Amino acid sequence: MKSRILLFFLALAVWALLNWTPDWQHMLIGVFVAAFVAFMTGDLFVRRPHLFTHLNRYLWFFYYCPIFIWECIKANIDVAYRVIHPDLPIHPGIVKVRTSLKSDTALTFLANSITLTPGTLSVDVDKENGVLYVHWIEVKDKDIEKATGLVAERFERILKRIFE
Amino acid sequence: MIDMLGLVFISIGLFFDFVGCLGLVRLPDVYNRLQASTKCITLGTCSILFGAFLIHGFVAAGIKALLCILFLVLTSPVSAHALARAAHKSGVKLCEESVVDRYAEDGN
Repeated sequence: MKSRILLFFLALAVWALLNWTPDWQHMLIGVFVAAFVAFMTGDLFVRRPHLFTHLNRYLWFFYYCPIFIWECIKANIDVAYRVIHPDLPIHPGIVKVRTSLKSDTALTFLANSITLTPGTLSVDVDKENGVLYVHWIEVKDKDIEKATGLVAERFERILKRIFE
Repeated sequence: MIDMLGLVFISIGLFFDFVGCLGLVRLPDVYNRLQASTKCITLGTCSILFGAFLIHGFVAAGIKALLCILFLVLTSPVSAHALARAAHKSGVKLCEESVVDRYAEDGN
């Protein structure tokens, strides 16, 4: 039920932003649409709603955002350099990366972060064994532990505090 | 002033979008191409949208641009992941320069 209420308010907020500037007619329709969405898909939204009340998770999220954006910009400059360079300097391969994250949201965010950061693209997630398969455009180390340190560790530390 | 800043963001975005498309042509196999297209086109398009937001400000178009950034950042890596996984499952090989394929070694 809590999950449905959270989704209702989130859907209403997105509706209000889509119909900027909000007036009462738009908002009235929005209430009905958000209620319908919350009724249909509310139980899929969050499994553990009580986590939304922890303030320090939001603070860690705000700490994560600039790091993520910085890594994203670095990734773009890296790819741009490789693509424009006449010799095309790539040594691609798929490596394994170990992860200790368990919850679905955290794994999704980790895989997305890996995809948008320098040289890496997550190919598959093996949740049972806690392993991510990552395509790496410049394989620096084939060993699982060292690859984990180079690819995933900087995000995992923060994501654990946000989502676990 | 803020218009100039918006134009700078749009120019950066156009450059990265161009590089992403160039990577799509130049890189050897589907995985490397996905790397180039996902990263460059995500940031490039986000940068263009952010430039549009700066120029328009907090009106209908600007707010929609911000929402587009949010949804793009959430969905584009997911679609890249789905494409890469589907390609590997359907037997697309890595290019010859590749040094290691742990995914195939593990029998997937």
